[in-house]
Amino acid sequence: MTKRAQFDRVSLAFETPKGRLNVVEDVSYDIDDGDFIAVIGPSGCGKTTMMSMLAGFQKPTTGNVLFDGRPVAGPGPERGVIFQEYGVFPWLTVKQNIAFGLTLRANRVVASERDAICDHYLGLMGLSDFANSYPKHLSGGMRQRLAIARAYAVKPQFLLMDEPFGALDAQTRSNMQNLLLRVLQTEGKTVMLITHSVEEAIYLASRIVVVTARPARIREIIDVPFGYPRDESIQERPEFGELRSYIRQLVMDEYRAQQAQMRPVSFSE
Amino acid sequence: MDGTGVRRFVLGLTPWIGAILLWYAVRWSGFVNISLIPAPHQVAAKFFELLTKEGLLIDIFASTRRVFFGVLLGILVAVPVGFLLGWYRPARTFADPMINFFRALPPIALIPLVIVYFGVDELAKLVILFYASFFSGVIVMYEGVSQITPLYIRVAQTLGANQAEIFRKIIIPLTVPHILTALRVALGVAWATLVASELIAAQRGLGAMIQNASTYFLLDVIYVGIICIGLIALIMDMILRKITARLLVWQDRAIA
Ligand SMILES: Nc1ncnc2c1ncn2[C@@H]1O[C@H](COP(=O)(O)OP(=O)(O)O)[C@@H](O)[C@H]1O
Ligand SMILES: [Mg+2]
Repeated sequence: MTKRAQFDRVSLAFETPKGRLNVVEDVSYDIDDGDFIAVIGPSGCGKTTMMSMLAGFQKPTTGNVLFDGRPVAGPGPERGVIFQEYGVFPWLTVKQNIAFGLTLRANRVVASERDAICDHYLGLMGLSDFANSYPKHLSGGMRQRLAIARAYAVKPQFLLMDEPFGALDAQTRSNMQNLLLRVLQTEGKTVMLITHSVEEAIYLASRIVVVTARPARIREIIDVPFGYPRDESIQERPEFGELRSYIRQLVMDEYRAQQAQMRPVSFSE
Repeated sequence: MDGTGVRRFVLGLTPWIGAILLWYAVRWSGFVNISLIPAPHQVAAKFFELLTKEGLLIDIFASTRRVFFGVLLGILVAVPVGFLLGWYRPARTFADPMINFFRALPPIALIPLVIVYFGVDELAKLVILFYASFFSGVIVMYEGVSQITPLYIRVAQTLGANQAEIFRKIIIPLTVPHILTALRVALGVAWATLVASELIAAQRGLGAMIQNASTYFLLDVIYVGIICIGLIALIMDMILRKITARLLVWQDRAIA
């Protein structure tokens, strides 16, 4: 297995008006080709910050974040990102949003192919009826699906997904999870997914990184004992339930620790 | 016009009819000297007289042209300057006090200097209108541009956009709404400044007409001038709003 991405003793601190805020601390792990890493931890602990270093928007204060063996220098189309805030372009129609990446020099395709790709994802995401609507007419869940379609359309080898299914109802969420598993099966991607759902982490991931309350450190890295392809039946297996209770306990501990430090906000040094 | 069109037209007309009735009411109330308030029908008669005999259209044209070019030039400069100030935060902290200083100066106070430096011809009037349009436009631009979130740029980068593509496909669409707002604000300010600019030895123009009339105490002419300025400003604003609505269908806010 080749190493796609590496966090090597990575720490990151923000300089704020109130002082230095340690957000990520001494994090090391590797993401191999074909891995599906789920990162789980209390909100506000530093998960998005950790991911944005790999996406290329933040530089670690100390340590290295490597992609294909080289330090990450900035964002790029080989690392597709689905942002927690979606970021759908309000001035483009749904279809133009999906086509956006395909109109760029980095991954330009001929118009007919672009149309075909757009129609494909419009259908997959249940957005066909809204192809020519502007995002202001979409619900939160539809915007989220649009952001996912736009990222999938350029076929990145590596997907960084920040709570991508958070705004979806249970049914759509499980459809999207199954769709993601199918896409991975056919396109063989590597994924780093941030989630706050323990079930989602176990159902999708090959490894789960549980992080601590802020600053985010690694609490434990857990191998998920299920192979791919997967379907919902694994959720009925006793190992699934055991793993779920175990991880829930870890996450609960860290959630309490995070709550305890929320008020008053504590800054180190 | 369909049903809702008619209703909107009637609704839009109501306050005007109300204003005219109020105007008559004030005249008839006896609280003010009637000779100081010409009646609406007298003003209307004066309007037609000026239109047919005195070349009112020439005044309207002269003023509209001044405002048009003053705003055009002011906005042409305000857009890039406001954009740079909004985009680069350090530039803003540096230029902010300066811009507010100049914006606070009433154009009328600058007239003596403008005459000294630019003479008394068309150029001087243009300079005054340019000044007013530029400073009102530049503030709208940089306030707007500084509120653009980096999220869309980040999204574009992760999809593979290069610098030129980010500018063309992200920054320009996000800037257009602010340009249109700056244009509307500048247009309003320029019409408000017109009378002052035409204090400078203007032969023709609505501001000049008002000033000449005031020398001879021709109140009805003054009223005609004021109403013309208001109406043309209103029409220009309505045209701009139509253009804005057309260009910004994607925006959330409903534009009438
Ligand atoms: N640019 C920044 N400057 C200062 N503080 C930040 C910045 N970005 C995030 N933070 C802080 O870092 C902490 C972790 O944020 P984030 O990574 O978004 O958490 P999570 O994604 O786990 O909810 C939060 O307390 C947040 O306020
Ligand atoms: Mg987050």
